Amino acid sequence: MITLSINGMNVSVEEGTTVLEAARFMGITVPTLCHKDGLSPYGACRLCVVEIGEGPKAKLVSSCTYPVEKGLKVRTASSRVIKARKMILELLLASCPQSKTIQDLAAAHGIRQQRFKQEHEDCILCGLCVRMCEEQMMAKAIGFRGRGENRSIGTPFDIQSEVCRLCGACMYICPACQLRCTYTEPERAICGGCENLVPPCIEKEQFDDMMCYMRPCIACEIRKD
Amino acid sequence: MSMERLKSIDDFKELQERMIADRDLNIPTIIIPAGTCGQASGANGLIRVAKRELLARELTEKVQLRITGCHGFCEMEPSLLIEPRGIFYPRVGPNDMVRIVEAVARGEVLEDLLFVEPETGVPVEKKGDIPFFKRQVRTILARNEKVDPIRIYNYIENGGYSASSEVLVHRSPEWVVQEIKASELRGRGGAGFPTGLKWELLAKQSNGQAKTLVCNGDEGDPGAYMDRSILEGNPHSIIEGMLIGAYGTGATAGVIYVRNEYPLAIKHLIIALRQARDLGLLGENILGTGFSFEITLVRGAGAFVCGEETALIQSIEGKMGEPRQRPPFPVEKGIDGKPTAINNVETWANIPVIIERGALEFSKVGTENNSGTKIFSLVGKIKNTGLVEVPMGITIREIIDGIGGGPVGKARIKAVQTGGPSGGCIPANMFDLPIDYESLTRAGSIMGSGGMIVMDENTCMVDIAKYFMNFLKDESCGKCFPCRKGTQRMYEILNGISRGEGTLAHLDLLEELAQAVKDTAMCGLGQTAPNPVLTTLRYFRHEYLEHIKNNRCPAGVCKELITYTINENCTGCMLCLQACPEGAISGKKKERHVIDQSRCVKCGGCKSVCTFEAVDVK
Repeated sequence: MITLSINGMNVSVEEGTTVLEAARFMGITVPTLCHKDGLSPYGACRLCVVEIGEGPKAKLVSSCTYPVEKGLKVRTASSRVIKARKMILELLLASCPQSKTIQDLAAAHGIRQQRFKQEHEDCILCGLCVRMCEEQMMAKAIGFRGRGENRSIGTPFDIQSEVCRLCGACMYICPACQLRCTYTEPERAICGGCENLVPPCIEKEQFDDMMCYMRPCIACEIRKD
Repeated sequence: MSMERLKSIDDFKELQERMIADRDLNIPTIIIPAGTCGQASGANGLIRVAKRELLARELTEKVQLRITGCHGFCEMEPSLLIEPRGIFYPRVGPNDMVRIVEAVARGEVLEDLLFVEPETGVPVEKKGDIPFFKRQVRTILARNEKVDPIRIYNYIENGGYSASSEVLVHRSPEWVVQEIKASELRGRGGAGFPTGLKWELLAKQSNGQAKTLVCNGDEGDPGAYMDRSILEGNPHSIIEGMLIGAYGTGATAGVIYVRNEYPLAIKHLIIALRQARDLGLLGENILGTGFSFEITLVRGAGAFVCGEETALIQSIEGKMGEPRQRPPFPVEKGIDGKPTAINNVETWANIPVIIERGALEFSKVGTENNSGTKIFSLVGKIKNTGLVEVPMGITIREIIDGIGGGPVGKARIKAVQTGGPSGGCIPANMFDLPIDYESLTRAGSIMGSGGMIVMDENTCMVDIAKYFMNFLKDESCGKCFPCRKGTQRMYEILNGISRGEGTLAHLDLLEELAQAVKDTAMCGLGQTAPNPVLTTLRYFRHEYLEHIKNNRCPAGVCKELITYTINENCTGCMLCLQACPEGAISGKKKERHVIDQSRCVKCGGCKSVCTFEAVDVK
């Protein structure tokens, strides 16, 4: 058992546990995007960064890939961490605003605008689909191609795959293409509405053209009549 | 040529003594440096002429010819060195070569072909008297002059493989690690991690798995070519260094990873490895000691990121070069999960030197905590471009003025960029800074692999930041989001500023973004990518503000912000008119010419041909 300190509290976990698992074990929320229980950690989105160490040598590391160490001092929400997470979320919104997952994460961190040139990409290259296909569905039909700007996910040389069973696991797990926000004006799509607004079931009229993804409760059903 | 395999250290010593006894150091020798820089300047032509003349004049017994790698004074290539007198002939043409062969045979010096010191106008005969060479401490580069890289016997007769053989037969592995630790050698790849400590950690790994040593020859920084000159000019020094390292750490396999863009280095390494194997100095049961070590050559495939050690390991394993987070460190889990120690080419080249001279002697060069010499590639707006080897702790000014010879034209030197795309720009008012790992880091830059790019008043610092960000955005592996998107967005902002579309808010955003990328990127590429931006903002903020507030590029570089005009110095010679690719200049003979701004593409062709300084760039 290895003892480390997270946000000032001591916790003892088994060797091989990641800092993210240890933090969640203690009930501390750490946002993630490219991490999924059951898939190997990848460390690409960098949202789960936490600050370790003290003084001038303190640095940020992705908690989903960092194994616990004896005596490690972890801070999951220091000012450096929060600033970094906010900038990453701004960058995410600037690339892929129509993803509800990203919108919700941004709203939860108080971000309502992004200062970069707006793009509308379909993929954030988090690699969940690749790992899902390889590790859970055992097909390994898709992978990463290219480097930097030209990096993409697909089948080798874009040839139709012989091992793809059309199971749809890649679509299921994707944070960008699941639950798309379909607000009619793309430029104003970063509204934070899903997280922050009063549920549309109460004041549905002003949100007539918005698709609501909240879990339907009895109020929605009654209103229909 | 078949070589008889050496079966014991006595065999080796006997061979070495025989070679030393047989050679005649007094025979005049023409040495032609034919590294990639020499060949690009015409050294191959000189070699052909030299061979032809020596044969035709029946001088092959009286005059020797030695083809070597790069000596370092690349500005003067193709050059010649005549031993034993040490005469240096710069920028030799094929016709001069004929005269030189004759003169060497007669033991004469051709005064009109000698190097002329620009300050004094006096010709200098000996290489050792030229300030460029005199002020260096050429521990490693000097060996390039003595050794023909594709002749192992030449390496041996100059003392090569003595250190490794001694160590294998008379020293213990523990002694080797302690000696390297005592030398205080720090990794020359850029991070400066103590080599002895890294080897000690590898030696301690005892879970029975095979250990591997790697030589990182993926030199990727634009403008840096020190490792290339060592790999091309003295490949055996790397093999010898790795033998010593393998014995000290218990490694059984070695990999030399060379970037594919160095074909001459690859060729010379293949030859050197084969010769060492044939002679029994590499492979199974070396010199009958029971110690075995084999080295394979792996070629890169064009990715800068593969210089990062975890991406390098992926590349060697045959996968896409993507870094991973550490821990676990390569010494614990490296290639195929086995303990691996990775060192830079220049680090390996220093190992035989430490064993030959002893750790104490070695550590006397340099400063506290920074022992030994470092090779820098001095390039850019400087008179004497080339490779320079200097002791750690020397000041930037001594390199720029003392060795580099100062600026190349009238423009003042403004800054020096160290550490490549991971480093930063140091302004001229800080040139008294000593060159060591700590001082450079405090100034916001890094030592890096040794690239040193000199910039003068005609260099735009915004353009420089943009250039490096463009490079990094292309070379980012793309795995982690902040690096991939962050470099793209930083480039977007810098491009906007250089086009006059930037605002002060953009500058704040740039700084915020740069800090976030620095903190969250997974590997060294992303973590140091903001350095060029951050240092130029720190020391040259006024240039950014000029672009933003006044829509002006003070250095006259950013195309959208500059205008080319012709002033009253114009004599109407029509040279610029003919040089303009767009036909934008009009005017008659002896009349002042005019540039049509709507057609001008700011290529600078007119300015470069004008001899009257009549073209202004504002």
